[in-house]
Amino acid sequence: MVDVRYDIAFKLYPYEKVADQDLAPRRHPVVIVGGGPVGMATALDLGRKGTPVLVLDDHEGVGQGSRAICFAKRTLEICDRLGAAKGMVDKGVVWNVGKVFHGDKRVFEFNLSPEDGHKAPAFINLQQPYFEKHLVEEIRVAQSQGAPIEIRGRNGVTGMAQQGDHVLIDVNTPDGPYQLEADWVIACDGARSPTRDMLGLSFEGRVFEDNFLIADVKMKADFPTERWFWFAPPFKDSGASALLHKQPDDIWRIDFQLGWDIDRAKELRVENIRARVDAMLGENAEYELEWTSIYTFQCRRMEKFRHGNVLFAGDSAHQVSPFGARGANSGVQDAENLAWKLDLVVKGLAPDTLLDSYSEERVHGADENILNSTRATDFLTPKTEMSKIFRDAVLELAHAHSFARVMVNSGRLSLPCSYDGLSLNGPDALNGPTVSRVGANCSDAPLKDGFLLNVLGGDFTVLAIDTEVPQLADVDGITLKTVTLDTGRDDVSGAIAARYLGDAPSGIYLIRPDQHVAARWAVASAADIQSGVRIATGRGQ
Amino acid sequence: MELNLNPNIKDPDGFYDELLGAHSGLSKDESDAFNARLILILANHVGDRAILRSALNAAK
Repeated sequence: MVDVRYDIAFKLYPYEKVADQDLAPRRHPVVIVGGGPVGMATALDLGRKGTPVLVLDDHEGVGQGSRAICFAKRTLEICDRLGAAKGMVDKGVVWNVGKVFHGDKRVFEFNLSPEDGHKAPAFINLQQPYFEKHLVEEIRVAQSQGAPIEIRGRNGVTGMAQQGDHVLIDVNTPDGPYQLEADWVIACDGARSPTRDMLGLSFEGRVFEDNFLIADVKMKADFPTERWFWFAPPFKDSGASALLHKQPDDIWRIDFQLGWDIDRAKELRVENIRARVDAMLGENAEYELEWTSIYTFQCRRMEKFRHGNVLFAGDSAHQVSPFGARGANSGVQDAENLAWKLDLVVKGLAPDTLLDSYSEERVHGADENILNSTRATDFLTPKTEMSKIFRDAVLELAHAHSFARVMVNSGRLSLPCSYDGLSLNGPDALNGPTVSRVGANCSDAPLKDGFLLNVLGGDFTVLAIDTEVPQLADVDGITLKTVTLDTGRDDVSGAIAARYLGDAPSGIYLIRPDQHVAARWAVASAADIQSGVRIATGRGQ
Repeated sequence: MELNLNPNIKDPDGFYDELLGAHSGLSKDESDAFNARLILILANHVGDRAILRSALNAAK
């Protein structure tokens, strides 16, 4: 049997017996272990590219609770490329304003309103089950269009062994165990990754000794759609910090920082949770508790994210504190970094060493996220007497002085990382804006009809702005798309010029399938572009 | 610019007096908090990260 570890919110992939279960181990090109946001995004991306992918999940659907809650612009852009963003944005709560309180005093407020000319909002709040449901619904659409994606619910992976050029996987089901072979395995099985344990791999880092009580509270309230964060909250027993944030369906997410030495069972008793929530919302507040949990967290990562034919993505590879919404958001960036690379490797269009660049680039991303979230954690939960003295001094000064407000750190919200100086980067031969430097992800910009990122899509793309571009249909079998823009005709807001040209009169960008800039030039020959594609696919010049 | 560790305050005795005066009547906790605020205010005024790093080293 397969253990049930949690209750599900939506049953999306009920168990069905399949022929594999009665056969000798059958070989699959790609097996994804774990059908959370990262696993499903990877499956959808690979499947849409035509690479067969099998997802094994030990449950039949999505677990309950708001959990990841905040989804950032880059995540929504990735989901938009995959076809799943519209439902998320329609359902989600868009927010821009955050207020920070210290005790009962408001310290300051910030506004994240994004610069104009981006299709996706800066952030939406959406319960994680909805995020996953939209991905799975889009997988069903892709399947109906012929995408080779298969999801097997209640298929729990119980063993794994690397066998040279493939991986042997033991799977358990309600009808008993069976075995599978996979050329490639992607472990998206979460922070406690059983895959990591099965392969005996370590997971180094810092454990932060603190407990957070989360409550999803359903109520009709007229609080504004803002992120409210308290240091030293004034309500009784609410711990060292508290957060109040709106979600869809009249649900509010409340987090209380309880400290280390707590009695979990006692704190999770309904009457104790209600006492805290009553103190925050007022005695007469009417609400229902939808979901509650206590979590602790760690900041750590695996040394590398590729181990032979097994690749780790999302929380299985790296964990951060929740302050900054860098968990699921960075996991979805892992997914899109990996999908195009693995697709090329499976199709024989790139060497498998390209997958080492997945580890290189996403380790770089994980380090940036861990740095940011560790700093936020040190501010939120000062570890020494002196760090608390400085933290309180910053909060004190922030009332009156703007310089101190920028030091107040209740989480630096997730931004995609730029792959500065890493192996897949080609030449940066354009005196262009920093925002679109080689390694960065492309900024969106409005066009006459629609948005730039939708036009770029998910192939290698040559973007030529105010110049001619050498026509190349492919490089060594890798499809190359050409997008030519004339700023006089297409740049309706000036954003293309500002974000891609700066002072340069024209530019040619080579853009990877994950919409990161691989190389850019003022002028480029076919040979330059060819060389750029070869560098970006791990084949040197 | 380098961190200036030469005499730079006019009337050093007067400044020292003022510094102690600012702490007068404060408890240890209040004084600690005051010092932290003062360090942050001065650090922001200096601004230059290299100079601040030199100051952190010089204070060791």
